Amino acid sequence: MSNNTCFHCGLDATSSTITFDDKSFCCHGCKTVYEIFSVNDLTCYYDLQQAPGATPKDVEGKYNFLDNTKIVEQLLEFNNDDTQIVTLYIPHIHCSSCIWILENLNKLNPAISTSIVNFGKKNVRVTFNSKSLSLKNLVALLSSIGYEPFISLDDYSVGKKHIDRSLIYKLGIAGFAFGNVMFLSFPEYFQVDGFWIEKYKPLFRWLMFFFSLPVVFYSAQDYFISAFKGLRSKILNIDVPIALGVLVLFIRSSSEIIFDVGSGFFDSLTGLIFFLLLGKFFQQKTYTFLSFERDYKSYFPIGITKIAAGGTEESIQVYDIKKGDRLLIRNEELIPVDCILIKGSARIDYSFVTGESKTVSKQSGDKLFAGGKQLDGSIEVDVLKSVEQSYLTQLWSNDVFKKDKALSFTNITNRISKRFTIVILLIALIATTFWLLTDSSKALNVFTSVLIIACPCAIALSAPFTFGNILRILGKKKFYLKNASVIEQLAKINTIIFDKTGTITANKETAINYEGSQLSLDEETLLKSTLRGSNHPLSRSLYNILNKHDILTLDTYEEFLGKGIEAKYKDHNIKIGSAPFVGYTNDTATLNTTVHVSTNNQYKGKFTFYNAYRKGISQLFNTLKKEYDLVILSGDNAGEKDNLTKLLPTKTKLLFNQKPEDKLEYIKYHQNEGANVLMVGDGLNDAGALAQSNVGIAISENVNVFSPACDAILDASKFNQLFNYINISKSAIKIIKWSFVLSFIYNIIGLYFAVTGQLAPVVAAILMPLSSISIVAFTTITTNIIGRKLE
Amino acid sequence: MSVIYILLAISIIVAVVFFIAFIIAVKKGQYDDSYTPSVRMLFEDEIVKENSNKTILTKKD
Repeated sequence: MSNNTCFHCGLDATSSTITFDDKSFCCHGCKTVYEIFSVNDLTCYYDLQQAPGATPKDVEGKYNFLDNTKIVEQLLEFNNDDTQIVTLYIPHIHCSSCIWILENLNKLNPAISTSIVNFGKKNVRVTFNSKSLSLKNLVALLSSIGYEPFISLDDYSVGKKHIDRSLIYKLGIAGFAFGNVMFLSFPEYFQVDGFWIEKYKPLFRWLMFFFSLPVVFYSAQDYFISAFKGLRSKILNIDVPIALGVLVLFIRSSSEIIFDVGSGFFDSLTGLIFFLLLGKFFQQKTYTFLSFERDYKSYFPIGITKIAAGGTEESIQVYDIKKGDRLLIRNEELIPVDCILIKGSARIDYSFVTGESKTVSKQSGDKLFAGGKQLDGSIEVDVLKSVEQSYLTQLWSNDVFKKDKALSFTNITNRISKRFTIVILLIALIATTFWLLTDSSKALNVFTSVLIIACPCAIALSAPFTFGNILRILGKKKFYLKNASVIEQLAKINTIIFDKTGTITANKETAINYEGSQLSLDEETLLKSTLRGSNHPLSRSLYNILNKHDILTLDTYEEFLGKGIEAKYKDHNIKIGSAPFVGYTNDTATLNTTVHVSTNNQYKGKFTFYNAYRKGISQLFNTLKKEYDLVILSGDNAGEKDNLTKLLPTKTKLLFNQKPEDKLEYIKYHQNEGANVLMVGDGLNDAGALAQSNVGIAISENVNVFSPACDAILDASKFNQLFNYINISKSAIKIIKWSFVLSFIYNIIGLYFAVTGQLAPVVAAILMPLSSISIVAFTTITTNIIGRKLE
Repeated sequence: MSVIYILLAISIIVAVVFFIAFIIAVKKGQYDDSYTPSVRMLFEDEIVKENSNKTILTKKD
């Protein structure tokens, strides 16, 4: 049978029989989107990229909060008469087809005048006519074509962000000045004597001086400010030698042309600042892709339906929820606050908070916690605590989040720069005293030359370029790091802690085992038909593994929440569910999840659901144990202990029934004993542990839903590459150390010229850019080589 | 050789004009997104469905 994939989204379409226009689709949603596109002449969408679409989700009622004008007002960038502009974040933007279709939105609805995509930030800025199209309908339109926007409280409360472009300005000015100054200093390089050169030399020199002024006072500002701050707190960071070098260069060059002693070093000055800013610019570009700044607020819905005293429903903001309010929570909506269930049957998916994918059923009077998602219809709840006081928020207000990890860790650049500055000052002083005694006219010359030529630019450049490139390479392999210091931390770890559920187990696969008497063909058909009508995740998993059968139309079907399903067909009746429901009383209390089956009141057997562990996990653990201590902390019971001991190497510690606080304490304890801890987890309840550990990695099946306390996000499919990724971090540190060696060679050559008083501007002008460029080339080439080794 | 004053003056003015153009471009936000324009550039123009008016060149005169 040929492998049929959905033309729209690329998922498997072999089990469905939906075709349209000679193309197969996996579901009606995808087919509908294709129809929309072909009717509006937008099929070019499929030409740019294969299967670029996403199945549209049902958003009935989900965006009703956009009817509230106060909320809409906060979300819009511009609102005037009949034009509105809004910027929406759309996680599904991932290819050129997405850019194409989103920029051609006006073909779908002429009320949209323009839409511009920013691919890097994954957002689209839409200008539309508000009289003919409301924001709510715009969002509905986007959802219908598979590009549902993600609207969060973050967008709501911050308002317009001020874009900081100062680095681009500074870089532009430095580049402009650098080019012109190089051009103007050419005559001096060639040392040609001649009347004309002598006559115009001052003119050229003063022009160079004026070009350098904005560079020194505007572009190099940050270095001076940072050096000053560092000195004030008694730290010699990398910006101190840079600021010192720039200052000395400027003063010496200016005094040289004022007293007509020489031509000054303006070319080296502007060149130095230009290359340094280039490094900063490159570094900044690598950080913008994945936003790590989300806090808990971005997970909550913005508007909630409140049921007022008279029974009318109104849409209110999440912040306005007060204790005692009655709220209506619909299918697939998040519960924003701790509350008590009043009306309706609740089936809550707490995977957000606990990582457990099995849903929890609650009855009227039960307490529901914030962060759960309601499935299966709507419920009415009474609020117990406002948003600020709920369990989730309190978990986040834990002190561990307030500590800034970066401050306590001095990175490799700052460590080297401390020694560098001191050594250079020593050499300068020694050389100067030597010359003061021998030939005092050269003393000042030598002092300033040493400070000029001792180029810290290699040190300042190798780290940003190496780390920047590594961040980019790892990002391509779906391992997203928060910033460069994570790489350094990762190279230093010696203990790795794993969470169990969702981290080493795959949420999507579960192995199912049947024990009991064989079911006849009729019975299996009845079983499959019955399961088809149930939405319960266990029913769905079971349904998928049963063999293909013709589906019967059942005579009666009834689902009892929390207990099971009962159905009748002709004269057969079947009961599926928990042991007491099915009538099986001999069931010993097992720790596993089981579904029992009985037909015609005769017990048949049970299906047991086992956690499926991710592929390659044994191999990964075996490789890791050679260099690291491994621990598994699980919030689950000890039911899986035997399985885990079989699967994992012997020295792995297994601890069960760990609450979030327990995990945090465990990590803190080991850190005090000197361990550098890497924690791999998921789910918001791991957040404290992830923040406390030296490096926290969140495993995610969907990179847009993650725990913000982490330092890195690893896509679930790349989990078994963890060892290779840690090795790359170690190689990155090695590369940086080698580039320091390279820069020392340059420095020694330059110092030779400086100490002997032979430092001509042309020598400086050649050495400094040469060292910078070669360091950048070296780091880029070597990082690309080690990146290629990763598959 | 004193023409060099004029040459320098003109070249500096031209350079500054381009520099001002750069500043204006940055202010307008053209440098905020450096990736998407590279993709946008490669999209094909839409084929307009209505028949275009006959140009002068096709008239047989």
